[in-house]
Amino acid sequence: MKKRSILVLLISLLAISMFLAGCNTKTNTDADGKKNPGTSNGSKKDTLVYGRGGDSTSLDPITTTEGEAFKVTQNIFETLLVYGEQDTTIHPGLAEEWNTSDDGLTYTFKLRQGVKFHDGTDFNADAVVFNFDRWMNGNEDKFPYYTMFGGYKADEGHVIKEVKAVDPNTVQFILKRPQAPFLKNIAMSPFGIASPAAVEKWGDDFRSHPVGTGPFKFVEWKQKDRITIEKNPDYWQKGLPKLNKIIFRVIPENTARLNALANGEIDVMDGLNNSDEATVLANDKLQIIERPSMNVGYIGLTTNRPPLDNKLVRQAINHAIDKKSIIDAFYGGKALAAKNPMPPSIEGYNDAIQEYPFDLEKAKALLKEAGFEKGFEMDLWAMPVARPYMPEAKKVAEVIQDSLGKIGIKAKIQSVDWPTYLEKARKGEFDAFMLGWTGDNGDPDNFIYTLLDKDSIGSNNYAYYSNEELHKILIEAQTETEQSKRNELYKKAQEIIHEDAPWVPLVHSTPLLAAGKDVLNYLPHPTGSECLLNVEFK
Amino acid sequence: MPPLLINKRISLKKEVNIMLTYTVRRLLSLIPVLIGMTLVVFAIIHAIPGNPAQVILGQRATAEAIANLTRQLGLDRPWYIQYFEYIKSLLHGNLGTSLQTRGPINEEIWPYLAATAELTIVAMFIAIMVGVNAGIISAWFSKSWFDYVAMVLALIGVSMPIFWLGLMGQWAFSIELGWLPTTGREDVRDPVTAITNIYLLDTLLQGRFDQFGTVLKHLILPSFALATIPMAIIARMTRATMLEVMKSDYIRTARAKGLRMFWVVYKHSLKNAIIPVLTVIGLQTGLLLGGAILTETIFGWPGIGRYLYDAIGYRDYPVIQSGILVIAAIFVLINLVVDLLYVFVDPRIKYTK
Repeated sequence: MKKRSILVLLISLLAISMFLAGCNTKTNTDADGKKNPGTSNGSKKDTLVYGRGGDSTSLDPITTTEGEAFKVTQNIFETLLVYGEQDTTIHPGLAEEWNTSDDGLTYTFKLRQGVKFHDGTDFNADAVVFNFDRWMNGNEDKFPYYTMFGGYKADEGHVIKEVKAVDPNTVQFILKRPQAPFLKNIAMSPFGIASPAAVEKWGDDFRSHPVGTGPFKFVEWKQKDRITIEKNPDYWQKGLPKLNKIIFRVIPENTARLNALANGEIDVMDGLNNSDEATVLANDKLQIIERPSMNVGYIGLTTNRPPLDNKLVRQAINHAIDKKSIIDAFYGGKALAAKNPMPPSIEGYNDAIQEYPFDLEKAKALLKEAGFEKGFEMDLWAMPVARPYMPEAKKVAEVIQDSLGKIGIKAKIQSVDWPTYLEKARKGEFDAFMLGWTGDNGDPDNFIYTLLDKDSIGSNNYAYYSNEELHKILIEAQTETEQSKRNELYKKAQEIIHEDAPWVPLVHSTPLLAAGKDVLNYLPHPTGSECLLNVEFK
Repeated sequence: MPPLLINKRISLKKEVNIMLTYTVRRLLSLIPVLIGMTLVVFAIIHAIPGNPAQVILGQRATAEAIANLTRQLGLDRPWYIQYFEYIKSLLHGNLGTSLQTRGPINEEIWPYLAATAELTIVAMFIAIMVGVNAGIISAWFSKSWFDYVAMVLALIGVSMPIFWLGLMGQWAFSIELGWLPTTGREDVRDPVTAITNIYLLDTLLQGRFDQFGTVLKHLILPSFALATIPMAIIARMTRATMLEVMKSDYIRTARAKGLRMFWVVYKHSLKNAIIPVLTVIGLQTGLLLGGAILTETIFGWPGIGRYLYDAIGYRDYPVIQSGILVIAAIFVLINLVVDLLYVFVDPRIKYTK
């Protein structure tokens, strides 16, 4: 009896191991075929797997401000105008042509004909009107990015008076007052035109059933795991997209993501650590792809908290920080030392401004002049998360702590989890703090007004910096439609900010991606999300 | 029917009755435990700073919008009202709505639970198979080289950071040897069609043996990483109790009778030594099911641990509350099952009314 049961056990063990061995050989051949997996019919690889650190929170791009969402929706939805492949110049999108009235109050868009949404309904002027009506009747909770147009329908600041369909292929926007970055706003990913039929069908669930006109159609979303989109066969640009399928996979840990890339499980990864660049370069199957920089990482000096309320103290701190060594140590040399609150790629950048040189003697002299010869103590808050503009905040903070120590300022490094960090910063509870910003639309207003105008105190002006003269200039610049005059205004604004020194602008970094060598035409966009229309495999 | 058999049947019936009463009583006692749990979790997460409205609206939000959303989410109401609303909906079987995805948690939570369950079951299978046997053999040949090596390995297993072990595993078995995939649950280029969300089962149900193999391969690295700690604990526990039992008189008698050593060890000793080990197994399974955040993060495993972790980062109160509640319930249930198992393993254990 007992012998028999042992025999049964042995036989079943044998069976299981044979079965496993069988699986093994089968998957081994899969592994051999790894050189070209994801083929739909034999030869050419046409499924791209994109590895990233976080999942999207919504696939209805207007309902979120969170960048991971746009990486996907940029491929499903299209906007009336689009940015250049790697810059924020304006090009035709769903609108073939557009013109602006002389007073800057009427914008007329001629729409592309014969474009259909993925659900088969027609894209036309009514669809555009439907979308804008939907957004302007919402609020900041529902459609947060719509505030780019100054607010919602009932708000006084709302710049759009009316959106109307002149004929099926012409849409007109009538503004209450000119808005200089209007066209740049229209091209932002959140303003992708959605199928009205699908929005009505799904209601709030549209955020997980997106339907647009873009080169890829939504297939499946397994939360925290992957999002799959596939080629839209009826796409209006013939012969595009080149890929058949894109799978956005979530692999939270940066090193694990790089391992997955090296093993061929994913084809592209974002958020590569600068310190891993050498590993990628040493692997002949991989390549580095650089994202053009449109960000700023900075140390905010909360201007209403003594002794940082003293301009001389803030200038002294600016003199005490050695940006170059920070860039070499933590950005792999791939960042530009910042002297203004916006990056040079943005029109209106003031290159004439002289950076506060790294000069400890000068810094000490300024502190003495301010009456702090013996220095003082303050908190220096370091971000708990990695961002493209600040990959290793705590280590950078240590370097800064060291530098400040040399001029007698004792900085105590503090940190707290990210949601709390933002809330405390918003409430102005920090002395000095590290933060940054990635541009939304390549307009100077999106940096300077958003981050440093007195109107933005309580939202993004965490330094609580307020300057009446600057405010006047920025408001004027918002409605000034003549580009050269506008640039002059922003140049002046940067001078004022430089003098007042509410920040230590640290860096404009170059975010890195890594990809398999066989990935072609991957052009990262400075805004952080790109359409993978032309991407293909070798 | 002979009277002896009838008696036996009656006493069996009585025993089953006692067990049933015991189970029901234990289940009822779960209710105050779970209510207490909700209160504790509620208190803790509301005590930490960080406003969900701020997180939802993101870095770009205006103060006014944050205030509006706070009101809309009901977060400006007194905490006891928020708590009673939550309990009320719980009693209706409603776990709430996620602030982040705005979907019902009842539906959302299942795939994560299933993913974690699959990983846990495989990890515990490995941990028990290796751990119990290593413990037994160590005790059998105590003070032999095997014993020393196994116990040193167990010590390393307990103290090894999973984070490091996971990344090293990926490097060695994926990148250098190319045997195993680094992350995820499946080949995303040939995804599994989910039925139960336990992929080993789903692939078998669909007769996709090739996919079953792939899923199994994806399980190996994370489940071994996850298994190290319980494996080590189980091995040490088994060894300790086995040593104890093997010194007892009846074992000496069994050996004196000339029984084969294998049977003495695996039948007579193990049966008596297994009770404490079973307890440890129960506790460890509960712990693993609670979500192995580190393992799930490194291996990109979409399990309950990451679901909760992301929810915490997002201050998604309903998900945190309900997620912890579900995990706590599972934990308590597993321990109930272990308690009931004792009776089957050791007939001397009886639960009285």
